[in-house]
Amino acid sequence: MLKQIRPAISVLAFMTLVTGVVYPLTVTGVAQLAFPAQANGSLLHNQQGDVLGSALLAQPFEGAQWFQPRLSAGGYATVASGASNLAPSNPALAERIAADAQRLQAEGQGAVPMQLVTTSASGLDPHLSPAAAQFQIARIAAARGIPAASLERLIEQHVEKPLVGPAVVNVLALNLALADNSPPAKAE
Amino acid sequence: MHSYDFTLILAFFVLVLLPAPFIGRYLYRVMEGEKTWLSPVLQPVERLCYRIAGVDSNREQDWKTYSLALLAFTLISLLTLFAILMLQGSLPLNPQQLPGLEWTLAFNTAVSFVTNTNWQAYSGEAQMSYFSQMVGLGVQNFVSPAVGLAVLVVFCRGIARRSSNSVGNFWVDLTRATLYGLLPFCLVLALLLVWQGVPQTFLEYVTAHTIGGTDQVVPLGPAASQIAIKQLGTNGGGFFGVNSAHPFENPTAWSNLFEVASIILIPAALLFTFGHYVKDLRQSRALLACMLILFSVGLGGTLYAEHQPNPALAALPIEQSGSLEGKESRFGTTASALWAVTTTAASNGSVNAMHDSFSALGGMIPMFNMMLGEVIFGGVGAGLYGMLLFVLIAVFLAGLMIGRTPEYLGKKLEAREVRLLVATLLVMPVGVLVLGALAASLPGPASSVSNPGAHGFSQILYNYTSGAANNGSAFGGFGANTPYHNLMIGLAMLLGRFGYILPILAIAGSLAAKKRAPVGSNSFPTHGPLFVTLLTLTILLVGGLTFLPALALGPIAEHMTMFQGF
Repeated sequence: MLKQIRPAISVLAFMTLVTGVVYPLTVTGVAQLAFPAQANGSLLHNQQGDVLGSALLAQPFEGAQWFQPRLSAGGYATVASGASNLAPSNPALAERIAADAQRLQAEGQGAVPMQLVTTSASGLDPHLSPAAAQFQIARIAAARGIPAASLERLIEQHVEKPLVGPAVVNVLALNLALADNSPPAKAE
Repeated sequence: MHSYDFTLILAFFVLVLLPAPFIGRYLYRVMEGEKTWLSPVLQPVERLCYRIAGVDSNREQDWKTYSLALLAFTLISLLTLFAILMLQGSLPLNPQQLPGLEWTLAFNTAVSFVTNTNWQAYSGEAQMSYFSQMVGLGVQNFVSPAVGLAVLVVFCRGIARRSSNSVGNFWVDLTRATLYGLLPFCLVLALLLVWQGVPQTFLEYVTAHTIGGTDQVVPLGPAASQIAIKQLGTNGGGFFGVNSAHPFENPTAWSNLFEVASIILIPAALLFTFGHYVKDLRQSRALLACMLILFSVGLGGTLYAEHQPNPALAALPIEQSGSLEGKESRFGTTASALWAVTTTAASNGSVNAMHDSFSALGGMIPMFNMMLGEVIFGGVGAGLYGMLLFVLIAVFLAGLMIGRTPEYLGKKLEAREVRLLVATLLVMPVGVLVLGALAASLPGPASSVSNPGAHGFSQILYNYTSGAANNGSAFGGFGANTPYHNLMIGLAMLLGRFGYILPILAIAGSLAAKKRAPVGSNSFPTHGPLFVTLLTLTILLVGGLTFLPALALGPIAEHMTMFQGF
């Protein structure tokens, strides 16, 4: 065994250099040249250049005038992200969902979409299904005093339909569009 | 299920199966030291490695020396990683100034990455510096599957060689597996992932001022490079705490497809590598058929279970569909179920949804996949050597039935090999049932469960299975970061790794030394439908039956209570 210690140390040191330093640096170099926006976290800026968030991370939105993202077990904390890990048989899950369903239920709107009463896996799910976004139109239209049809159109403009996954809309993108079109001051 | 669900599943199988014969042949050439199209670039690097290490690449080792080299490498890796994790507070590349880990957590994490398990009792973005991620964990992400691949090719050589004392050179196998076998694929996948939105930067976390009026810290880091090897090397240890469910680890439906296919890309290809070693690709196709049967049944079952509405929510005014608790919108139910089955069939252990919140049966199937010893594709190298053990057991059983000395591809299986085979059969029962029962019966450790009733027991069962099977996925509500679980799951991981590797190297050594008997008309053919059936049943009966009583106490009890029967 002792005879093997020297090659063990040198091979590990060598592999550390190749796979632990050269490899990530190479990927970083190419990524920063080819895809700088994505490589730096898909950050969104305003006209002054301030960072408003990442297109990929959900943000909490207070108030009826905004689209609400998926619920987050970790309160939208980014460090560290987290899930509820509630079992399907856990009574706490049914109780929480019952309370949220009652809160969200709206006259003449039918069943509350599953996405609006369940917490996501990451707690930072940036997307909603189009149906879950549309479910919020009546509330937002009333809060902002704008026609429902314009919100309908807004959602349609933001729907992404990948070939290999469900259609989604990005909630932050919707809310940024709302903020542009009708400054929050007017809504308040 | 929608049309995109079927497109996804089809695309997954195409991405895995279509390149498998080609990658399999490439890996055979790599591991046998032949020239490949990457040789002009990589050969100088490879030679440099041998020169630094003082390794004569032409000198082969017998199985004992090979095992000692492997153990020495593992030991040095363990000590190095343990030291990095304890000392990260004083090491560079730590923009968030994270302190070193507590010692049982450092031990657990070091064992976890060295054994290719990647069980995570920590949360990456909150506890790991960039240095620990890259230089510590990232390196083991490469070398631990390379060790698995090395052990597999030793097994292949054992079957293929005649009257030979040597089985290869560990340092050469390790180096070539890493440089040629893993690195090129990772470069491609890492860039695909950045394109889809995975960060790759050394800048510190950014603070955003949201239009909602709050501040949000955006965690960053060299994530894409690590996620690529995490998927391709069947590692599974996430850069971020919630693993591939995190929008930065897995931003789109496309990144999800690339990542889930990468989990079994190399394990599927290795079936063909084996075929090239034994000069009989029919053997590869037979093993592939067996794996596909087990995989498809598991996938079908999990998809069915996850698309069922939860009966506990039936009276509520909500959409009655499969539960989305712990699932991401961009994946939905189907992609989450596909991932769960793939990651546990292989010993990957990354997750894109929270298995703890899966339906009782939807969570049981991934658990069962692991209990079989992760032989359905399985980890890089580890899956196929586990499968080959079952093949030898099936051949032995067939030999008993027809009253002849069992023989596989011309190699006779005698008392010594069968004794070693039986020893490997004890690994999973000891790791899962003994250690799991201990955790369930001690009041302190048992209090780590977070869900009431039968599901609480499922959490213990799942997590000890994950450790012993070197998977690394979790029923995540379980409070795993306690000194007891850190040490005991650490033990389960070591047992699950070396309880297989050492007997396999011994079997390979003894097979290599044997003559190859001519395959005659009396030999039991190991490539037809009859053998595939026998092998599948052997895996289910020998591997699975042991765990049925434990499953009855956990997920089956939970299901029966919720659905009032089946």
